Amino acid sequence: MKAMADKENKYEAGFGSDAKKDPVRVVFITKKTSAKVTGDPGEQVMTHPHLLMREAIAFMVLVIAIVAVSLVWDAPLEQLANPLLTPNPAKAPWYFLGLQELLHYFRPLVAGIIIPTLVVIGLVVIPYFNVNVQGKPLWSEDRKHSLWIVLGVVVALILLLGFSRAWTVLVPTTLIGALILYSYFAAAKKSRRWEYLGTRPLSWWIMTWFILVAVVLTVVGTFFRGPGWSWVWPWSSHAG
Amino acid sequence: MATPFSLQGALEQLRTTRVWRSIFRRGPARTNRTRSLAVFGNLFLHFLPVKVREKSLRVRASYYLGSISFFLFLALVISGVLLMFYYHPAAPQAYRDMKDLRFVVSNGVFLRNLHRLAAQLMVLLVFWHMFHVFYRGGYKPPHEFNWVVGVFLLIVTLFLSYTGYLLPWDQLAFWAITVGTNIISAMPVIGKKVRFVSLGGNLVGENALLRFYVLHCVVLPLIAILLIAVHFWRVQKDGGLTVRESDGGQGK
Repeated sequence: MKAMADKENKYEAGFGSDAKKDPVRVVFITKKTSAKVTGDPGEQVMTHPHLLMREAIAFMVLVIAIVAVSLVWDAPLEQLANPLLTPNPAKAPWYFLGLQELLHYFRPLVAGIIIPTLVVIGLVVIPYFNVNVQGKPLWSEDRKHSLWIVLGVVVALILLLGFSRAWTVLVPTTLIGALILYSYFAAAKKSRRWEYLGTRPLSWWIMTWFILVAVVLTVVGTFFRGPGWSWVWPWSSHAG
Repeated sequence: MATPFSLQGALEQLRTTRVWRSIFRRGPARTNRTRSLAVFGNLFLHFLPVKVREKSLRVRASYYLGSISFFLFLALVISGVLLMFYYHPAAPQAYRDMKDLRFVVSNGVFLRNLHRLAAQLMVLLVFWHMFHVFYRGGYKPPHEFNWVVGVFLLIVTLFLSYTGYLLPWDQLAFWAITVGTNIISAMPVIGKKVRFVSLGGNLVGENALLRFYVLHCVVLPLIAILLIAVHFWRVQKDGGLTVRESDGGQGK
Protein backbone atom coordinates (compact mmCIF):
# COMPACT_ATOMS: atom_id res chain seq x y z
CA MET A 1 0.00 0.00 0.00
CA LYS A 2 2.71 2.39 1.04
CA ALA A 3 4.93 1.47 -1.87
CA MET A 4 2.10 2.14 -4.25
CA ALA A 5 1.42 5.54 -2.77
CA ASP A 6 5.12 6.37 -3.10
CA LYS A 7 5.16 5.41 -6.70
CA GLU A 8 2.10 7.45 -7.56
CA ASN A 9 3.14 10.63 -5.88
CA LYS A 10 6.78 11.45 -6.32
CA TYR A 11 6.64 14.16 -3.69
CA GLU A 12 5.56 11.70 -1.03
CA ALA A 13 8.72 11.21 1.05
CA GLY A 14 7.19 8.73 3.46
CA PHE A 15 4.96 8.42 6.44
CA GLY A 16 6.04 8.63 10.03
CA SER A 17 4.07 9.29 13.15
CA ASP A 18 6.77 8.44 15.68
CA ALA A 19 8.11 11.78 16.89
CA LYS A 20 11.19 10.15 18.43
CA LYS A 21 12.13 8.37 15.23
CA ASP A 22 11.38 11.25 12.88
CA PRO A 23 11.95 14.44 14.83
CA VAL A 24 11.96 16.61 11.74
CA ARG A 25 8.94 16.72 9.48
CA VAL A 26 8.70 18.24 6.07
CA VAL A 27 5.32 19.04 4.66
CA PHE A 28 4.93 19.19 0.94
CA ILE A 29 2.09 21.19 -0.44
CA THR A 30 1.65 19.90 -3.95
CA LYS A 31 -0.47 21.33 -6.66
CA LYS A 32 -4.09 20.28 -7.03
CA THR A 33 -4.30 18.39 -3.75
CA SER A 34 -7.64 19.93 -2.88
CA ALA A 35 -10.33 21.91 -4.54
CA LYS A 36 -9.88 25.56 -3.91
CA VAL A 37 -11.94 28.50 -4.87
CA THR A 38 -10.02 30.88 -7.04
CA GLY A 39 -10.67 34.28 -8.44
CA ASP A 40 -11.90 37.52 -7.07
CA PRO A 41 -15.06 36.90 -5.11
CA GLY A 42 -16.26 40.40 -5.90
CA GLU A 43 -19.04 42.18 -4.10
CA GLN A 44 -21.12 39.85 -1.94
CA VAL A 45 -24.71 40.17 -0.83
CA MET A 46 -26.86 38.26 1.64
CA THR A 47 -28.65 35.22 0.21
CA HIS A 48 -31.66 36.20 2.30
CA PRO A 49 -33.28 38.20 0.80
CA HIS A 50 -31.37 38.93 -2.44
CA LEU A 51 -31.16 35.41 -3.91
CA LEU A 52 -34.29 34.03 -2.27
CA MET A 53 -36.45 36.85 -3.62
CA ARG A 54 -35.18 36.33 -7.15
CA GLU A 55 -35.72 32.56 -6.92
CA ALA A 56 -39.24 33.13 -5.61
CA ILE A 57 -40.02 35.47 -8.50
CA ALA A 58 -38.57 32.99 -11.01
CA PHE A 59 -40.70 30.24 -9.46
CA MET A 60 -43.89 32.29 -9.60
CA VAL A 61 -43.32 33.41 -13.19
CA LEU A 62 -42.67 29.79 -14.18
CA VAL A 63 -45.82 28.50 -12.45
CA ILE A 64 -47.96 31.20 -14.07
CA ALA A 65 -46.46 30.42 -17.48
CA ILE A 66 -46.93 26.64 -17.36
CA VAL A 67 -50.44 26.94 -15.91
CA ALA A 68 -51.40 29.40 -18.66
CA VAL A 69 -50.05 27.14 -21.41
CA SER A 70 -51.66 24.04 -19.88
CA LEU A 71 -55.04 25.73 -20.03
CA VAL A 72 -54.89 26.20 -23.80
CA TRP A 73 -52.62 23.41 -25.03
CA ASP A 74 -53.66 19.75 -24.84
CA ALA A 75 -51.28 16.87 -24.25
CA PRO A 76 -51.49 14.44 -27.18
CA LEU A 77 -53.40 11.20 -26.77
CA GLU A 78 -53.81 8.74 -29.62
CA GLN A 79 -55.73 5.49 -29.96
CA LEU A 80 -55.26 2.60 -27.54
CA ALA A 81 -51.89 0.87 -27.97
CA ASN A 82 -52.12 -1.79 -30.64
CA PRO A 83 -49.09 -4.04 -31.27
CA LEU A 84 -50.60 -5.14 -34.60
CA LEU A 85 -50.94 -1.66 -36.04
CA THR A 86 -47.54 -0.09 -36.69
CA PRO A 87 -47.69 3.61 -37.45
CA ASN A 88 -45.46 4.75 -40.30
CA PRO A 89 -43.15 6.21 -39.23
CA ALA A 90 -42.97 5.11 -35.61
CA LYS A 91 -41.13 7.87 -33.81
CA ALA A 92 -39.34 8.00 -30.47
CA PRO A 93 -39.79 11.02 -28.12
CA TRP A 94 -38.37 14.20 -29.65
CA TYR A 95 -35.13 14.16 -27.63
CA PHE A 96 -34.25 10.77 -29.13
CA LEU A 97 -35.17 11.69 -32.69
CA GLY A 98 -31.60 12.83 -33.35
CA LEU A 99 -30.50 9.29 -32.56
CA GLN A 100 -33.29 7.85 -34.68
CA GLU A 101 -32.11 10.03 -37.55
CA LEU A 102 -28.60 8.63 -37.07
CA LEU A 103 -30.06 5.10 -37.14
CA HIS A 104 -31.25 5.90 -40.64
CA TYR A 105 -27.62 6.24 -41.77
CA PHE A 106 -25.57 3.96 -39.55
CA ARG A 107 -25.90 0.45 -38.18
CA PRO A 108 -27.81 0.18 -34.87
CA LEU A 109 -24.62 -0.75 -33.04
CA VAL A 110 -22.94 2.45 -34.19
CA ALA A 111 -25.86 4.89 -34.03
CA GLY A 112 -27.71 3.41 -31.08
CA ILE A 113 -24.96 2.22 -28.79
CA ILE A 114 -21.47 3.46 -29.70
CA ILE A 115 -22.26 7.11 -30.50
CA PRO A 116 -24.47 7.77 -27.42
CA THR A 117 -21.92 6.04 -25.19
CA LEU A 118 -19.12 8.14 -26.65
CA VAL A 119 -21.18 11.30 -26.17
CA VAL A 120 -21.79 10.51 -22.49
CA ILE A 121 -18.13 9.61 -21.92
CA GLY A 122 -17.09 12.76 -23.77
CA LEU A 123 -19.32 14.92 -21.58
CA VAL A 124 -18.11 13.28 -18.36
CA VAL A 125 -14.41 13.69 -19.12
CA ILE A 126 -14.65 17.34 -20.25
CA PRO A 127 -13.44 18.78 -16.91
CA TYR A 128 -10.70 16.17 -16.46
CA PHE A 129 -8.85 16.76 -19.69
CA ASN A 130 -8.01 20.30 -18.71
CA VAL A 131 -10.21 21.32 -21.57
CA ASN A 132 -9.22 24.87 -22.20
CA VAL A 133 -8.59 25.97 -18.63
CA GLN A 134 -6.84 29.06 -19.94
CA GLY A 135 -9.36 29.64 -22.68
CA LYS A 136 -6.65 29.89 -25.32
CA PRO A 137 -7.91 30.64 -28.83
CA LEU A 138 -7.51 27.82 -31.33
CA TRP A 139 -5.27 29.93 -33.55
CA SER A 140 -3.06 31.35 -30.81
CA GLU A 141 0.18 29.45 -31.37
CA ASP A 142 1.73 27.38 -34.12
CA ARG A 143 -1.02 28.52 -36.44
CA LYS A 144 0.18 26.73 -39.61
CA HIS A 145 0.50 23.41 -37.79
CA SER A 146 -2.97 23.76 -36.22
CA LEU A 147 -4.46 24.68 -39.58
CA TRP A 148 -3.24 21.45 -41.20
CA ILE A 149 -4.56 19.31 -38.37
CA VAL A 150 -7.95 21.04 -38.37
CA LEU A 151 -8.16 20.85 -42.16
CA GLY A 152 -7.30 17.14 -42.05
CA VAL A 153 -9.95 16.38 -39.43
CA VAL A 154 -12.65 18.39 -41.21
CA VAL A 155 -11.94 16.81 -44.61
CA ALA A 156 -11.81 13.31 -43.08
CA LEU A 157 -15.15 13.88 -41.33
CA ILE A 158 -16.79 15.23 -44.48
CA LEU A 159 -15.51 12.30 -46.55
CA LEU A 160 -16.66 9.78 -43.93
CA LEU A 161 -20.12 11.33 -43.72
CA GLY A 162 -20.29 11.65 -47.51
CA PHE A 163 -19.53 7.95 -48.01
CA SER A 164 -22.16 7.09 -45.39
CA ARG A 165 -24.61 9.38 -47.23
CA ALA A 166 -25.41 10.96 -43.87
CA TRP A 167 -26.53 14.22 -45.43
CA THR A 168 -28.21 15.72 -42.39
CA VAL A 169 -24.97 15.30 -40.42
CA LEU A 170 -22.82 16.36 -43.34
CA VAL A 171 -24.50 19.75 -43.87
CA PRO A 172 -23.99 21.17 -40.34
CA THR A 173 -20.51 19.63 -40.20
CA THR A 174 -19.56 21.34 -43.45
CA LEU A 175 -20.96 24.61 -42.16
CA ILE A 176 -18.88 24.44 -38.97
CA GLY A 177 -15.85 23.32 -41.00
CA ALA A 178 -16.22 26.35 -43.27
CA LEU A 179 -16.58 28.69 -40.31
CA ILE A 180 -13.58 27.25 -38.50
CA LEU A 181 -11.39 27.64 -41.59
CA TYR A 182 -12.72 31.12 -42.17
CA SER A 183 -11.95 32.00 -38.55
CA TYR A 184 -8.29 31.19 -39.27
CA PHE A 185 -8.09 34.02 -41.75
CA ALA A 186 -10.35 36.21 -39.66
CA ALA A 187 -7.96 35.81 -36.73
CA ALA A 188 -5.04 36.69 -38.99
CA LYS A 189 -6.72 39.73 -40.46
CA LYS A 190 -7.99 40.92 -37.11
CA SER A 191 -11.18 42.00 -38.80
CA ARG A 192 -13.48 43.20 -36.09
CA ARG A 193 -16.55 41.53 -37.42
CA TRP A 194 -15.12 38.04 -37.21
CA GLU A 195 -12.88 38.64 -34.24
CA TYR A 196 -15.26 36.73 -32.00
CA LEU A 197 -14.94 33.55 -34.10
CA GLY A 198 -11.18 34.03 -34.48
CA THR A 199 -10.64 33.99 -30.73
CA ARG A 200 -12.72 30.91 -29.93
CA PRO A 201 -10.87 27.96 -28.35
CA LEU A 202 -10.96 24.44 -29.78
CA SER A 203 -13.36 23.18 -27.09
CA TRP A 204 -15.82 25.89 -28.14
CA TRP A 205 -15.70 24.66 -31.73
CA ILE A 206 -16.22 21.03 -30.79
CA MET A 207 -19.19 21.77 -28.50
CA THR A 208 -20.75 24.13 -31.03
CA TRP A 209 -20.39 21.50 -33.73
CA PHE A 210 -21.97 18.89 -31.45
CA ILE A 211 -24.91 21.14 -30.53
CA LEU A 212 -25.51 22.21 -34.13
CA VAL A 213 -25.51 18.61 -35.38
CA ALA A 214 -27.78 17.51 -32.51
CA VAL A 215 -30.24 20.34 -33.15
CA VAL A 216 -30.31 19.77 -36.92
CA LEU A 217 -30.83 16.00 -36.48
CA THR A 218 -33.59 16.51 -33.91
CA VAL A 219 -35.41 19.11 -36.01
CA VAL A 220 -35.13 16.96 -39.15
CA GLY A 221 -36.28 13.87 -37.27
CA THR A 222 -39.23 15.73 -35.76
CA PHE A 223 -40.54 17.74 -38.69
CA PHE A 224 -39.00 16.49 -41.92
CA ARG A 225 -39.41 12.74 -41.74
CA GLY A 226 -42.46 10.90 -43.01
CA PRO A 227 -43.45 7.37 -44.03
CA GLY A 228 -40.45 5.05 -44.35
CA TRP A 229 -38.32 7.82 -42.85
CA SER A 230 -38.48 9.60 -46.20
CA TRP A 231 -37.97 13.33 -46.48
CA VAL A 232 -41.19 15.36 -46.22
CA TRP A 233 -41.77 19.08 -45.96
CA PRO A 234 -43.69 19.96 -42.81
CA TRP A 235 -45.95 22.36 -44.71
CA SER A 236 -46.86 19.94 -47.50
CA SER A 237 -49.97 17.97 -46.59
CA HIS A 238 -49.70 14.28 -47.25
CA ALA A 239 -52.22 11.56 -46.61
CA GLY A 240 -51.27 10.07 -43.26
CA MET B 1 -54.17 50.82 19.87
CA ALA B 2 -54.38 53.74 17.51
CA THR B 3 -52.11 52.24 14.84
CA PRO B 4 -54.16 51.07 11.87
CA PHE B 5 -53.95 47.45 10.81
CA SER B 6 -51.38 46.62 8.14
CA LEU B 7 -50.42 43.29 6.68
CA GLN B 8 -46.74 44.00 7.09
CA GLY B 9 -47.25 44.94 10.73
CA ALA B 10 -49.19 41.77 11.33
CA LEU B 11 -46.42 39.67 9.74
CA GLU B 12 -43.81 41.42 11.85
CA GLN B 13 -45.88 40.65 14.94
CA LEU B 14 -46.25 37.03 13.87
CA ARG B 15 -42.51 36.64 13.47
CA THR B 16 -41.88 37.66 17.05
CA THR B 17 -44.27 35.09 18.50
CA ARG B 18 -43.12 32.04 20.39
CA VAL B 19 -44.68 29.64 17.91
CA TRP B 20 -42.90 31.23 14.94
CA ARG B 21 -39.62 31.11 16.79
CA SER B 22 -40.14 27.48 17.71
CA ILE B 23 -40.65 26.58 14.05
CA PHE B 24 -37.99 28.72 12.40
CA ARG B 25 -35.50 28.88 15.29
CA ARG B 26 -35.17 32.63 14.90
CA GLY B 27 -37.05 35.90 15.06
CA PRO B 28 -37.54 38.34 12.20
CA ALA B 29 -34.63 38.54 9.72
CA ARG B 30 -33.72 42.13 10.39
CA THR B 31 -30.00 41.84 10.91
CA ASN B 32 -27.36 40.07 8.82
CA ARG B 33 -26.97 37.61 11.66
CA THR B 34 -30.60 36.54 11.61
CA ARG B 35 -30.55 36.56 7.79
CA SER B 36 -27.64 34.12 7.91
CA LEU B 37 -29.54 32.01 10.43
CA ALA B 38 -32.52 32.03 8.10
CA VAL B 39 -30.40 30.26 5.49
CA PHE B 40 -28.16 27.86 7.37
CA GLY B 41 -30.65 27.20 10.14
CA ASN B 42 -33.15 25.86 7.63
CA LEU B 43 -32.92 22.32 6.31
CA PHE B 44 -34.11 23.28 2.84
CA LEU B 45 -32.09 26.46 2.49
CA HIS B 46 -28.85 25.25 4.03
CA PHE B 47 -27.85 23.97 0.60
CA LEU B 48 -27.40 27.62 -0.29
CA PRO B 49 -24.48 29.78 0.83
CA VAL B 50 -25.20 32.56 3.32
CA LYS B 51 -23.74 35.12 0.97
CA VAL B 52 -23.62 35.10 -2.80
CA ARG B 53 -21.60 37.12 -5.24
CA GLU B 54 -23.53 40.04 -6.56
CA LYS B 55 -22.36 39.20 -10.09
CA SER B 56 -23.75 35.67 -9.91
CA LEU B 57 -27.24 37.05 -9.29
CA ARG B 58 -27.38 38.74 -12.67
CA VAL B 59 -29.74 37.07 -15.09
CA ARG B 60 -27.01 36.59 -17.67
CA ALA B 61 -24.87 34.60 -15.25
CA SER B 62 -27.30 31.67 -15.21
CA TYR B 63 -30.65 32.66 -16.73
CA TYR B 64 -31.79 30.80 -13.60
CA LEU B 65 -31.77 27.68 -15.78
CA GLY B 66 -30.73 25.34 -12.98
CA SER B 67 -33.28 26.79 -10.59
CA ILE B 68 -36.06 26.62 -13.15
CA SER B 69 -35.17 23.00 -13.96
CA PHE B 70 -35.52 22.26 -10.25
CA PHE B 71 -38.82 24.13 -10.02
CA LEU B 72 -40.09 22.12 -12.96
CA PHE B 73 -39.06 18.97 -11.13
CA LEU B 74 -41.11 20.13 -8.13
CA ALA B 75 -44.10 20.88 -10.36
CA LEU B 76 -43.71 17.42 -11.89
CA VAL B 77 -43.62 15.70 -8.50
CA ILE B 78 -46.76 17.50 -7.34
CA SER B 79 -48.77 17.03 -10.55
CA GLY B 80 -47.37 13.50 -10.85
CA VAL B 81 -48.58 12.47 -7.38
CA LEU B 82 -52.03 13.85 -8.18
CA LEU B 83 -52.06 11.89 -11.44
CA MET B 84 -51.09 8.72 -9.59
CA PHE B 85 -54.41 8.88 -7.71
CA TYR B 86 -56.21 8.31 -11.01
CA TYR B 87 -53.85 5.84 -12.66
CA HIS B 88 -53.57 2.05 -12.79
CA PRO B 89 -50.38 0.66 -14.36
CA ALA B 90 -52.22 -2.07 -16.23
CA ALA B 91 -53.13 -2.55 -19.86
CA PRO B 92 -55.59 -1.46 -21.12
CA GLN B 93 -56.86 0.16 -17.89
CA ALA B 94 -54.07 2.76 -18.14
CA TYR B 95 -55.54 4.06 -21.38
CA ARG B 96 -59.05 4.14 -19.89
CA ASP B 97 -57.63 6.22 -17.06
CA MET B 98 -56.40 8.71 -19.66
CA LYS B 99 -59.93 8.90 -21.03
CA ASP B 100 -61.27 9.34 -17.50
CA LEU B 101 -58.82 12.16 -16.90
CA ARG B 102 -60.21 13.79 -19.98
CA PHE B 103 -63.94 13.27 -19.49
CA VAL B 104 -64.58 12.35 -15.85
CA VAL B 105 -62.00 13.77 -13.45
CA SER B 106 -62.35 17.46 -12.58
CA ASN B 107 -59.44 19.34 -14.12
CA GLY B 108 -58.01 16.01 -15.25
CA VAL B 109 -57.03 17.39 -18.64
CA PHE B 110 -55.33 20.35 -17.03
CA LEU B 111 -53.38 18.08 -14.69
CA ARG B 112 -52.10 15.92 -17.53
CA ASN B 113 -51.31 18.93 -19.71
CA LEU B 114 -49.33 20.46 -16.88
CA HIS B 115 -47.36 17.28 -16.25
CA ARG B 116 -46.62 16.72 -19.92
CA LEU B 117 -45.63 20.32 -20.56
CA ALA B 118 -43.40 20.55 -17.51
CA ALA B 119 -41.72 17.28 -18.50
CA GLN B 120 -40.89 18.48 -22.01
CA LEU B 121 -39.70 21.83 -20.67
CA MET B 122 -37.53 20.15 -18.07
CA VAL B 123 -35.70 18.09 -20.69
CA LEU B 124 -35.20 21.23 -22.77
CA LEU B 125 -34.00 23.33 -19.84
CA VAL B 126 -31.62 20.71 -18.47
CA PHE B 127 -29.96 20.55 -21.90
CA TRP B 128 -29.84 24.34 -22.11
CA HIS B 129 -28.46 24.54 -18.57
CA MET B 130 -25.64 22.15 -19.47
CA PHE B 131 -24.65 24.00 -22.64
CA HIS B 132 -24.81 27.34 -20.85
CA VAL B 133 -22.56 26.04 -18.07
CA PHE B 134 -20.14 24.73 -20.69
CA TYR B 135 -19.87 28.03 -22.56
CA ARG B 136 -19.29 29.89 -19.31
CA GLY B 137 -16.54 27.45 -18.34
CA GLY B 138 -18.50 26.34 -15.30
CA TYR B 139 -16.90 22.86 -15.47
CA LYS B 140 -13.42 24.17 -14.70
CA PRO B 141 -11.73 23.44 -11.36
CA PRO B 142 -13.00 23.21 -8.69
CA HIS B 143 -16.35 22.44 -10.34
CA GLU B 144 -15.25 19.25 -12.16
CA PHE B 145 -17.19 16.77 -10.10
CA ASN B 146 -20.35 18.82 -10.07
CA TRP B 147 -20.27 18.84 -13.86
CA VAL B 148 -20.19 15.03 -13.78
CA VAL B 149 -23.14 14.98 -11.35
CA GLY B 150 -24.90 17.28 -13.80
CA VAL B 151 -24.30 14.90 -16.71
CA PHE B 152 -25.86 12.09 -14.68
CA LEU B 153 -28.78 14.36 -13.80
CA LEU B 154 -29.32 14.90 -17.52
CA ILE B 155 -29.38 11.15 -18.08
CA VAL B 156 -31.81 10.65 -15.17
CA THR B 157 -34.01 13.42 -16.60
CA LEU B 158 -34.07 11.69 -19.98
CA PHE B 159 -34.92 8.34 -18.40
CA LEU B 160 -37.64 9.96 -16.29
CA SER B 161 -39.19 11.49 -19.36
CA TYR B 162 -38.80 8.30 -21.38
CA THR B 163 -40.35 5.99 -18.76
CA GLY B 164 -43.24 8.43 -18.41
CA TYR B 165 -43.77 8.33 -22.15
CA LEU B 166 -45.12 4.76 -22.02
CA LEU B 167 -47.65 5.31 -19.23
CA PRO B 168 -50.62 6.69 -21.27
CA TRP B 169 -50.58 3.37 -23.16
CA ASP B 170 -51.67 4.87 -26.45
CA GLN B 171 -50.20 4.26 -29.89
CA LEU B 172 -47.71 7.12 -29.45
CA ALA B 173 -46.44 5.63 -26.19
CA PHE B 174 -46.33 2.02 -27.33
CA TRP B 175 -44.42 2.60 -30.55
CA ALA B 176 -42.03 5.17 -29.16
CA ILE B 177 -40.97 2.70 -26.49
CA THR B 178 -40.82 -0.14 -29.01
CA VAL B 179 -38.54 1.90 -31.29
CA GLY B 180 -36.37 3.02 -28.37
CA THR B 181 -35.96 -0.35 -26.72
CA ASN B 182 -35.22 -2.04 -30.04
CA ILE B 183 -32.00 -0.03 -30.08
CA ILE B 184 -30.90 -1.71 -26.83
CA SER B 185 -30.82 -5.10 -28.54
CA ALA B 186 -28.08 -3.76 -30.83
CA MET B 187 -25.78 -3.84 -27.80
CA PRO B 188 -23.21 -6.60 -28.37
CA VAL B 189 -23.58 -9.87 -26.39
CA ILE B 190 -25.93 -8.62 -23.64
CA GLY B 191 -28.29 -6.51 -25.80
CA LYS B 192 -31.19 -8.98 -25.95
CA LYS B 193 -30.94 -9.75 -22.23
CA VAL B 194 -30.87 -6.08 -21.24
CA ARG B 195 -33.94 -5.47 -23.36
CA PHE B 196 -35.70 -8.44 -21.78
CA VAL B 197 -34.94 -7.16 -18.29
CA SER B 198 -36.07 -3.60 -19.03
CA LEU B 199 -39.33 -4.75 -20.63
CA GLY B 200 -40.01 -7.80 -18.47
CA GLY B 201 -40.51 -9.74 -21.67
CA ASN B 202 -39.65 -9.79 -25.35
CA LEU B 203 -42.31 -7.26 -26.31
CA VAL B 204 -43.66 -4.04 -24.87
CA GLY B 205 -46.58 -5.32 -22.79
CA GLU B 206 -48.16 -5.23 -19.38
CA ASN B 207 -44.92 -6.12 -17.61
CA ALA B 208 -43.09 -3.31 -19.36
CA LEU B 209 -45.83 -0.90 -18.30
CA LEU B 210 -45.51 -1.93 -14.67
CA ARG B 211 -41.72 -1.72 -14.76
CA PHE B 212 -41.72 1.70 -16.38
CA TYR B 213 -44.34 2.85 -13.87
CA VAL B 214 -42.24 1.80 -10.87
CA LEU B 215 -39.10 3.32 -12.39
CA HIS B 216 -40.95 6.50 -13.27
CA CYS B 217 -42.73 7.03 -9.95
CA VAL B 218 -40.29 5.60 -7.42
CA VAL B 219 -36.79 4.64 -8.49
CA LEU B 220 -35.83 7.48 -10.84
CA PRO B 221 -37.35 10.31 -8.74
CA LEU B 222 -35.42 9.06 -5.71
CA ILE B 223 -32.18 8.98 -7.70
CA ALA B 224 -32.98 12.44 -9.06
CA ILE B 225 -33.62 13.88 -5.58
CA LEU B 226 -30.37 12.40 -4.31
CA LEU B 227 -28.34 13.77 -7.22
CA ILE B 228 -30.06 17.17 -7.04
CA ALA B 229 -29.14 17.41 -3.36
CA VAL B 230 -25.50 16.59 -4.13
CA HIS B 231 -25.54 19.01 -7.08
CA PHE B 232 -26.86 21.96 -5.05
CA TRP B 233 -24.63 21.26 -2.10
CA ARG B 234 -21.57 21.10 -4.33
CA VAL B 235 -22.43 24.42 -5.96
CA GLN B 236 -22.11 25.98 -2.54
CA LYS B 237 -19.01 24.01 -1.48
CA ASP B 238 -17.19 24.73 -4.74
CA GLY B 239 -17.56 28.45 -4.25
CA GLY B 240 -20.77 29.32 -6.02
CA LEU B 241 -21.49 30.09 -9.65
CA THR B 242 -18.64 30.81 -12.02
CA VAL B 243 -18.43 34.53 -12.61
CA ARG B 244 -16.27 36.18 -15.22
CA GLU B 245 -14.49 39.47 -15.35
CA SER B 246 -16.73 40.53 -18.21
CA ASP B 247 -19.88 40.02 -16.17
CA GLY B 248 -19.71 43.53 -14.82
CA GLY B 249 -22.11 44.24 -11.99
CA GLN B 250 -22.90 47.13 -9.74
CA GLY B 251 -19.75 46.53 -7.70
CA LYS B 252 -17.49 47.57 -10.56
